[in-house]
Amino acid sequence: MALAGIQIYKLLPQTNCKECGFPTCLAFAMKLAAKQVELDACPYVTEDSKKQLAESAMPPIRLVTLKGKAGEARAGNEVVLFRHEKKFFNRPGIFIRVADTAADEEIAVTVGAASSYAVDYVGMKLGLDGFAVEAASGDKARLAAVVGAVRAATGLPLILVGRDPEVLAAGLEKLPGEAPLLMGADGSNWEAVADLALKHGAALGLSGASLEELAEMAVKAQEKGVEDLVLHPAAEGLGASLALNTQIRRLALKNFRPLGYPTISFTSGGGPAGRDAVAAAQAVCKYAGFVVLDRFAPELVYPLLVLRENIYTDPQKPIQVQPAIYEINNPGPAAPVLVTTNFSITYFSVANEVEGAGLPAWLVVTDAEGMSVLTAWAAGKFDAASIAKAVKGFGVAAKVDQKLIVIPGHTAVLSGELEEELPDWTIRVGPREAVDLPRYMKEVLV
Amino acid sequence: MPVEIPKDSWPGAVNTVTLGATGDQGGSRTSTVTIGGERSLPFMHFESPMPHRPAIAMEIAPARPADWSAVLLEAWGATADDPGSWARACEEAGADLILLQFGLKGSGDEPVSADFAVAAVKAVLGSTGLPLVVVGPGQAEVDNSILVPIADATKGERLVLGLCEEGNYRTLVAAAMANDHLVLGKTPMDVNLAKQLNILMSDMGLGRDRVVMDPTTAALGYGIEYGYSVMERLRLAALQGDGMTQFPILVTPGAEAWKAKESKVGEGTPAEWGEWRQRGMNWEALTAVSLVEAGAHVVVLRHPESLRRVRAAIDELMASETA
Ligand code: SF4
Repeated sequence: MALAGIQIYKLLPQTNCKECGFPTCLAFAMKLAAKQVELDACPYVTEDSKKQLAESAMPPIRLVTLKGKAGEARAGNEVVLFRHEKKFFNRPGIFIRVADTAADEEIAVTVGAASSYAVDYVGMKLGLDGFAVEAASGDKARLAAVVGAVRAATGLPLILVGRDPEVLAAGLEKLPGEAPLLMGADGSNWEAVADLALKHGAALGLSGASLEELAEMAVKAQEKGVEDLVLHPAAEGLGASLALNTQIRRLALKNFRPLGYPTISFTSGGGPAGRDAVAAAQAVCKYAGFVVLDRFAPELVYPLLVLRENIYTDPQKPIQVQPAIYEINNPGPAAPVLVTTNFSITYFSVANEVEGAGLPAWLVVTDAEGMSVLTAWAAGKFDAASIAKAVKGFGVAAKVDQKLIVIPGHTAVLSGELEEELPDWTIRVGPREAVDLPRYMKEVLV
Repeated sequence: MPVEIPKDSWPGAVNTVTLGATGDQGGSRTSTVTIGGERSLPFMHFESPMPHRPAIAMEIAPARPADWSAVLLEAWGATADDPGSWARACEEAGADLILLQFGLKGSGDEPVSADFAVAAVKAVLGSTGLPLVVVGPGQAEVDNSILVPIADATKGERLVLGLCEEGNYRTLVAAAMANDHLVLGKTPMDVNLAKQLNILMSDMGLGRDRVVMDPTTAALGYGIEYGYSVMERLRLAALQGDGMTQFPILVTPGAEAWKAKESKVGEGTPAEWGEWRQRGMNWEALTAVSLVEAGAHVVVLRHPESLRRVRAAIDELMASETA
């Protein structure tokens, strides 16, 4: 965490020699705290102070970037425990596990489908971040062959999972110039895997069942010179996993350096149906930097990608669309006018329904500061006056013959006032949910 | 390397609330559900053990609902034709309590009436021993017209009556106080609006052990992050000692998730969305588990398989203690 000016001052020579260009060391310290000058401007800072200042400038959770042949996955640099305090920054990478014991054909199908997977969510394309290739066979040649095959199929970043450094080394040979993550180091073999990570510029994952174990390995790995670490708190069960991940995040934010790294979570495909989805969702909400799924299935991946998008949205800046009149399916003068707010989820829900049903409509999107209909209505940002203002401002009357306007069902209470604001218009109350709009338009609005 | 685990100790706690009353307690339930009482963030057992587990309510309707997804109606089959048999099926599926949701319609196309509503509540109470939450259609006059007679007809059961909103809380709170029931307050996704309603209800003399609040949540993909953060903020405020945020939270991930297109419909959806049933269940379970971890005390669900998944998740979250 950044130091205050007075704390920096204590690390300076305190001789007020003015060589830095400031009248006193304190003045210089204040400028440093405000990041307006570089420490180099003072020729007399001791090495020890430099080290302390450099450490204090480091983010509490190190940014670790995995690099593939094409694409990166970044984790870390988080600064809060709760998203409302600021925001969560780096969306956890979602990886699909591929065991090298699986048949070539199966691997090709999984990697092909998962690497090309792209789904549209409120106008954004969401996809997966990479693959975790597991050396389950224990065979060097086999792992190398599978890593080679995966790499030939996709450029996305890779995680190599295995406990035997020699086998991992064979996989790494297939990934020159990349920064994969080596996963499988624990108390017994970490040193050899750390050497391998150093040699290849890979990130090093450390597995341990307790914070003590993880912190101890992390400190030793740091001393060896490995900078990019990823922690794997190996816990049985959602509760233990939640506790360990929360403790790591809390300690890291309190500047406890040994645990100041992103974490990784593996969801086992075993267990009852749906258990992996729930475990992965917890990992996304509660602090994982990387999440490895045991299988690829769109009905599992799509909700997780959406959850990740939602949790990592900046709470101070709801995703918005431009207030305007939007044309859906080339509306003519006979098409109805629908009204909603400029919260992007709201806009896309409405627009997608109407567009998908092939119905022409004019969609008036009001400036509700990016709030959904209900929230905006409660906050007074979506009322008769603001709807009327939008209808007039966008010149809607000139576009239609029939002055018919449909307001969201949740805001039925606005119809009276809106009739007063827009006396030439007929106000109709639509359904509460966008999903029911096509039926309403076909059956009621005729 | 020794690591000192940072433990927060908080001055405040969530209120403890018991839903339902057994024969000895003046009701007719065979089990009750107690929620709340926490002195820590959700599932941080290492700080302070969580005294009660989050409960799962299953939502039912007084008649087979016309607007529910086919996946749900298929799962409940013929039991959904009648509130009594539906409630019993929920109990058998492992629900902790039942939430009976009224709409504007009664039998057939008739508007919902007090007689119809009281009969449905009696049918549910007669067929299951679980505690019951009863929620009106959400229009103040209609809500009052059915909930007051229900409250009178079920004196002593400690039902939870909702929704108390700014417009109708007086009538519902009075009916609950007169008949030994609880109320459910609902406010639209805002910490201060939730507090304000709680203050209004408390000012009427309603005990702290008689209020459950629904701060409103949205489904995954439809603004879940707003409700999620409002709940986290409410819990933090409660632990910091703000009395008007200390009521246990009930949220409705089932209803929210199953009105999302992702769950509701199986045709005309993109191939990237995957298989419909599993997607729908994931949508509901992920919404619910995320909200449980944000501090929900009661999650109201719709699909029996989601009930199993969320219950299994809560089992895991409650079971574990780390050193
Ligand atoms: S150069 Fe260094 S020692 Fe001299 S006044 Fe500036 S900060 Fe102080």
